[in-house]
Amino acid sequence: MAGVFSEVSQAVPTDAAPDIVRLANVRFAWPGRGAFTLAVDGFALPARQRLLLIGPSGSGKSTFLSLLCGILAPQSGSIEVLGTDITKLGASARDGFRAEHFGIIFQMFNLLPYGTVIDNVLLPLRFAPGRRKRATAKLSAEDEAARLLDRLGIEASLARGRSAANLSVGQQQRVAAARALIGAPELIVADEPTSALDRNRQAAFLDLLFNEAGAAGATLIMVSHDESLAGRFDRVVRLDEIARVGEGAPA
Amino acid sequence: MIVLRLALQSLMNRWVTALLTVLAIAFSIALLLGVEKVRTGARQSFADTISGTDLIVGARSGSLNLLLYSVFRIGNATNNITWASYKDLAGRPEIAWIVPLSLGDSHRGFRVLGTTPDYFTHYKYRRGHGLEFAAGKPFADLFDAVIGADVAAALGYKIGDPIVIGHGLGTVSFVAHDDKPFRVSGILKKTGTPVDRTVFVSLEAIEAIHVDWQSGARVPGQSVSADEVRRMNLEPKAITAALIGLKSKLATFRQQRAINEYRDEPLSAILPGAALQELWGLVGTAETALQAVSAMVVATALLGMVTMVLTTLNERRREMAILRSVGARPRTILGLLMAEAGVLTVLGILLGIALLYGALLIAQPYVDRVYGLHLAIDPPGLNEWLTLGAIALAGCVAGLLPALRAYRLSLADGMTVRT
Repeated sequence: MAGVFSEVSQAVPTDAAPDIVRLANVRFAWPGRGAFTLAVDGFALPARQRLLLIGPSGSGKSTFLSLLCGILAPQSGSIEVLGTDITKLGASARDGFRAEHFGIIFQMFNLLPYGTVIDNVLLPLRFAPGRRKRATAKLSAEDEAARLLDRLGIEASLARGRSAANLSVGQQQRVAAARALIGAPELIVADEPTSALDRNRQAAFLDLLFNEAGAAGATLIMVSHDESLAGRFDRVVRLDEIARVGEGAPA
Repeated sequence: MIVLRLALQSLMNRWVTALLTVLAIAFSIALLLGVEKVRTGARQSFADTISGTDLIVGARSGSLNLLLYSVFRIGNATNNITWASYKDLAGRPEIAWIVPLSLGDSHRGFRVLGTTPDYFTHYKYRRGHGLEFAAGKPFADLFDAVIGADVAAALGYKIGDPIVIGHGLGTVSFVAHDDKPFRVSGILKKTGTPVDRTVFVSLEAIEAIHVDWQSGARVPGQSVSADEVRRMNLEPKAITAALIGLKSKLATFRQQRAINEYRDEPLSAILPGAALQELWGLVGTAETALQAVSAMVVATALLGMVTMVLTTLNERRREMAILRSVGARPRTILGLLMAEAGVLTVLGILLGIALLYGALLIAQPYVDRVYGLHLAIDPPGLNEWLTLGAIALAGCVAGLLPALRAYRLSLADGMTVRT
């Protein structure tokens, strides 16, 4: 199975830019809400690295991730992902870019509860033709989703089951991981994906995530407030080292 | 495809509220179309009260008055037509048939109409439907009476039952022609016209019950028995009105003019169709009110739908954040919510149409029988389709309200999943 992804990872232009993510002079203020600002002077992340970003809640990590994923646009500065400055893209091009190159896992409530497990996993492909092409290179999209789910420990019987609402929290997080991984996006962004799990399950989930992200050649950015996870990552960065949060006018 | 499927599943996940919303729209649509059906049915039934008659002749009066008393048995004639004038008109070569009408008496609240058996062959309603007998036959004897369906139903009369005709028009008649009882010889089928509420007797019978009466009261000490009456000359001296059929429709206006300018006495001739139209113009304002009410009901149902979509919006912010995170554009979310409103409206419309036609299929024979109102079961006309299209469009546009709110929320929430 590694073969599928090694081919894929060669197609990714990681060599063109040794840093997969590069932020410079980013200034952001919530439009209309004025008070909250976020400033990032410089931040870079090499491809295939596993980064743990540590920050308590309220430290601006949701805003940071939203900027990185192109859901929010900064007032100034540049955010380069895979050599593309996404601040130069229009809103809808950014949405398309995110669909193609990012797999996102939330803290919880990742799934559309009424949808089937398979549909939840296949959802990103609808918005990302490139990922769909990669996902269906060897297998049909459904079989690829089932294969990923199987790798993440979700049995086929569960995957074909009626709705995602019947899964346990741990299972839901693994389905969310499969959704983030399908079609091998270059970046996996996980926002406290293990905080709803107990210790044992946390470790098991991270093992699965690291394995699959590694097999796909993806760069992993995980946000957490739990520093005990630090040992398992290539690099640990505290959010307040790279970003300044202000409650006044933007710096 | 997958997004649409998930949107439908999302809707099915909220099936109770969705179903109630669809039902509310469906009932409002059924009401709107139903009112339209009843309106056109009523108008048609009204216009079909009398057909096949080219002219109605009476003493000089307004056309509405003449129509009301001769066809609807409402109100009274201001004057009579002399028998001589009637004979003169009847003898004209342009006239194919003429049926005399003599009004003024009643039976337990139902009007009595003196006429000839020709009435039963020449009176037509609903585009050429003739009168049919449910039982019995036209009056043959002097004291025979034919009754309409409502009279038979209300009073429980059967063939052969005796009836007493009261003088004047009150429900309770204090002066009755009780010395000359009639016998029911025939009962007409339901027509949905004033015919149903009429007691028919011969012209001679009207004359007979009045032989010993003068100026509306019985002459004291003077009593003529029923047997004596049979031997008397019962040719009427006057009638109230007459229905006329012409040999050529082209002559209608010329004949109308000729009768209006009749030399021997002041007469009026009216075209029943035109007079009916005029009368409908008076009662027709009610239909505008009905339409307005049903339009308001539809607006209320759409408002209910918008409320429903709006209230579910908060619990669906998670759904939208997830869709945004996998790359859905805000306008995809806008489109989804508008599509949801559109789907609910269209489902409501379709269900409403089904409800209406289901109800029509069940109720139509009953309504026809009991109210004499013929509701046509035909597909919605162009106007109805246009209205339904406009409602579907209005539903989508109304969906814009929650959609724009969701759009703003999904922009503001960013990647934060709210619960």
